[in-house]
Amino acid sequence: MLGRLTWAAIPFNEALPILSGAVVGIVILAVLGTVTVKGWWPYLWREWLTSVDHKRIGIMYVVLGLVMLLRGFSDAIMMRTQQAIAIGPSQGYLPPDHFDQIFSAHGTIMIFFVAMPLVIGLMNFAVPLQLGVRDVAFPVLNSISLWLAATGALLINMSLVIGNFARTGWWAYPPLSELAFSPDVGVDYYLWSLQISGVGTLLTGINFVTTILKLRAPGMTYFRMPVFCWTALASNLLIVAAFPVLTAAFVMLLLDRHLGMHFFTNDAGGNQMMYVNLFWAWGHPEVYILILPAFGIYSEVVATFSGKALFSYRSMVWATLGICILSFMVWLHHFFTMGAGADVNAFFGIMSSIIAVPTGVKIFNWLFTMFRGRIVYKTPMLFSVGFMVTFVIGGLTGVLLAVPPVDFVVHNSAFLVAHFHNVIIGGVVFGVLAGINYWFPKAFGFTLDERWGKASFWCWLIGFYLAFMPLYQLGLMGMTRRLQHIPTPSWQPLLWVAEAGAIVILCGILCQVAQIYVSIRSRERRLDLTGDPWNGRTLEWSTSSPPPAYNFAVLPRVETVDAFWHMKRTGRPPAEPTYESIEMPRNSPAGFVTAFFAVVMGFSLIWQIWWLAILGFLAAITVVLVAAWSTEREHEISAAELAQLERAR
Amino acid sequence: MTIAAIDSPQTAVPTELARGRGGGGPAPKRVVVAYGFWIFILSDMVMFSALFAAYAVLSGNTAGGPTGAELFNLRSVFIETMCLLLSSYTCGIAVLSAERRDPTRLFIFAALTFVLGAAFLFIEVTEFAGMVDKGAGPSRSAFLSSFFTLVGTHGVHVASGLVALVYLVAQVAAKGLQAAVLRRLLCWSLFWHALDIVWVGVFTLVYLMGA
Repeated sequence: MLGRLTWAAIPFNEALPILSGAVVGIVILAVLGTVTVKGWWPYLWREWLTSVDHKRIGIMYVVLGLVMLLRGFSDAIMMRTQQAIAIGPSQGYLPPDHFDQIFSAHGTIMIFFVAMPLVIGLMNFAVPLQLGVRDVAFPVLNSISLWLAATGALLINMSLVIGNFARTGWWAYPPLSELAFSPDVGVDYYLWSLQISGVGTLLTGINFVTTILKLRAPGMTYFRMPVFCWTALASNLLIVAAFPVLTAAFVMLLLDRHLGMHFFTNDAGGNQMMYVNLFWAWGHPEVYILILPAFGIYSEVVATFSGKALFSYRSMVWATLGICILSFMVWLHHFFTMGAGADVNAFFGIMSSIIAVPTGVKIFNWLFTMFRGRIVYKTPMLFSVGFMVTFVIGGLTGVLLAVPPVDFVVHNSAFLVAHFHNVIIGGVVFGVLAGINYWFPKAFGFTLDERWGKASFWCWLIGFYLAFMPLYQLGLMGMTRRLQHIPTPSWQPLLWVAEAGAIVILCGILCQVAQIYVSIRSRERRLDLTGDPWNGRTLEWSTSSPPPAYNFAVLPRVETVDAFWHMKRTGRPPAEPTYESIEMPRNSPAGFVTAFFAVVMGFSLIWQIWWLAILGFLAAITVVLVAAWSTEREHEISAAELAQLERAR
Repeated sequence: MTIAAIDSPQTAVPTELARGRGGGGPAPKRVVVAYGFWIFILSDMVMFSALFAAYAVLSGNTAGGPTGAELFNLRSVFIETMCLLLSSYTCGIAVLSAERRDPTRLFIFAALTFVLGAAFLFIEVTEFAGMVDKGAGPSRSAFLSSFFTLVGTHGVHVASGLVALVYLVAQVAAKGLQAAVLRRLLCWSLFWHALDIVWVGVFTLVYLMGA
C-alpha cells in the first residue's frame, strides 16, 4: 500500500536531523499560522501564488533561492566544523553516513536550488523590463516552471526527515548510485527532485529564448539589447541544449534502478563512463548557464556606476556568444583521469584554456569601462569589483586545472574544491548579490540600506578568501575532497582558518538579513520616487518603481543601446502619450496546482507507492490539459482605463 | 567605444525598416507560439540524441545475449515505418483542411492519422512483447536496455501525440477552428512530423544497421 514507506523511514534515533527538522517545521508552521491568523491567504493566492507576472515570479524565485541558501550554507558550515575537529584520534560529531549525505545535499542544493533559482529569478525580473515589453512569451508556462522548481526543492528537503539523501556526491556517479550499492531512497530523492525541477528549467529556457528573440520593444534590434539580455539569451540557449542531456542521463539511471536495466551497471555490458560523459556534457554548460547572466549583471552595474557606456559593447556580445559555444567543447576536463588518451585530453585541455580568452576580453571591458569613469561605490559596484579580483584568481587556477598533467596531480583534491568555489562564489554569488542590491529598488520601490549592504560585502569577500585560499594550499599538500576524517594533524591550522572563513561568510549572510529588515523598517525614508535611483541606462529604469503590472503603458521606442540614457539625454519621451488598449495575461492557478500533484507524484515515485504516483501524474496532466483548454487567457485594459491608471500613479 | 560611435547615423536604421533585424516590435502571437514550439522540439531532439549516443555506445554490449540481427524482423518494422510515414501525410492533409476551415475533412484525416499512429504503436508493442517472451527483455543486456529505451521513448512520444490529437480534435469540435485552436493544431503537426524524423534515425541506425 505505501511502498517502501514505514515509520522506520523517520530517523528518530538521530538527534541532528530530527532537531533541525523540528526547527524547520516550527518555522513553517509559524509562517503558515501568521498568514492564516492575519487573513493573508486570499491576497497571497490572488497576487502571488497564481500570479503569472514575470516580476512577481522573479521575486518568488529569488526568495526560493535565498531560503535554500540558508539550507545549503548550514550544510557547508557543518562540514567545515567536522573537518576542523575530526583530526587524529577525534572522529568529530558527524558519522560517515551522515557526512556523505551532507556533502551530497550541499552540492545538489547549492547548484540546483540556490544558484539556478537566483539566476532565473533575476532574469525573470529584469529581462522583459529591459526589453521594453509587458511579459514573457508564455506567462502561464513561466508560473509552471517556478512551481516545479519549488517542487524539487521541497522534495529534496523532505529527505532530511523522511528517509535519507544520496551519499554519492552531487553528481551521483554509478556504479555507487546504482541499486546494488545505494539500495535505499537517497539516490531516488536526488533523481526525482532534479527530474521534476529540470522540467521547469527546460520550460524556462524555451520561454526566455522565445521572449528575447521574438518580443522586444519597437526599434530594439539585436545590437541594441542590453548586455544582460544577451547573456540571458546565451544562458537560456544553453539550458535548451544541455538540460535534455541531463534528463536523458537521469532517465537511464532511473531505469537501471527501477527496471533492472544495464546502462551503467558493472555487469551485462553497462558503461559507467557514459554516465560521466553525459552528466558533464550537461554539467559544463551548466556552469556557464550560471555565470553568463552574472556577467550580464556586472556589465549593467559597472556601466551604471561608472556613469559611462560599457566599453566595447560588441566585443562583450561576441565574447558571450563565444563562451556559449565553447562551453560545449570542454566537458571532458572534468575527468581527464578517465584515461581517454593523450590526444583526447590534449584537445579538451586546449579548448578549456581557450575559454579564458573571451572571459579575459570581458574582464578588460569592465576595467576599461571603469577607466576615467565617475565611479560610485554603492553595494552592487563593490560586489562587481570584488568579483573582478576574485574571479581572475579562480580563472587562473582553472587554466591550471585545464592542463591534463597538472589535473592528474590535483584531481579530486581540495585544490579543485577551492577552484570551483572560487568561481561560483566569486562569480555567480557575487553577481546575484550585486543584482539583488541593484534591482531591489525597482522591484519594491525603495532602496536597500547601504551600510548593512557594504558590511555584508566585506564579510563575503574576506570570508571567501579565508575559507578557500587554505583549501588551495591543502589540495597541493595532498588533501582529497570529501574527507569525513582528517588523517594528517599538520593540516589542522589551515582547516581552522577555513572554518573561520565560513563563520565570516555567516556574518555576511546575517548582515544581509539585517539589511533587508532595516530597509523594510525605514522604507518611508528610502522611497524611490523617480524610478531611476542609480541614474540607469536601460529601459527598466524608465518606468516607475515598482512598475505597474503592464510595465509600460506605451511600449518605448528604442533608437540606441542604453536606450533610457539616450532618452534622458534627448529629453524624451513626451509628457502625455496617446494610449491604446492593451492585453494582459490573466492569473492562473495551473502552475501551483500542477506542482502540488507533482509533489505527490515525486514523493510516491521515491517511495515506490506506484498507485499514488500514477494518480499524481494523471492529476498533474489533467490540470495542464484543463488549463490549456481555455482560449481566453488575456484580459483587456482599455485606453481610457490605462490613461486613468497612469495618471493615478 | 563611446555612445556616439555606436549611435552613429549610419547604424540608426528607421525602425519600420528594421523588421528583419528584429527592430519591428513584439512579434504577433502566431509567430511567438510557433517559435517557442520549435525551440521545444529542438530540445526534444537533443534528448533523443543523448539516447542515440547511448545506443551507439552500448549496441555491441550484448553480454552473451541475443544481438539485433537475431531479434529484428525487418518486415514488420517496414510495415510499422510505413504506418508512421503515411500518418505524417494524413496529418499534413488534416492541417491543410483546418487551414481551409473544413472541419469535416479535418476530422476524417485526423481519424486516419490516429489509426495509423495506433497501428504503429500496436506493432511496436507486439515486437517488444515478443522480445520479452524470448528472454530478450530490457534487463538482459546493456544493448537491450538502450534499445528498449531509445525505441520506447519514441513510442511514448507517439502515444502522447495521439492523446494530444484527441484532445485537439475535441477542442475543434467544441470551439470551432478559431485562431488559438488552429495555432495548437499547427504546433501538434510540427511535433508529429518531428517524430517521423526521429523514426528515420531509429529505422536506419537501429534496425537497418543492426539487422
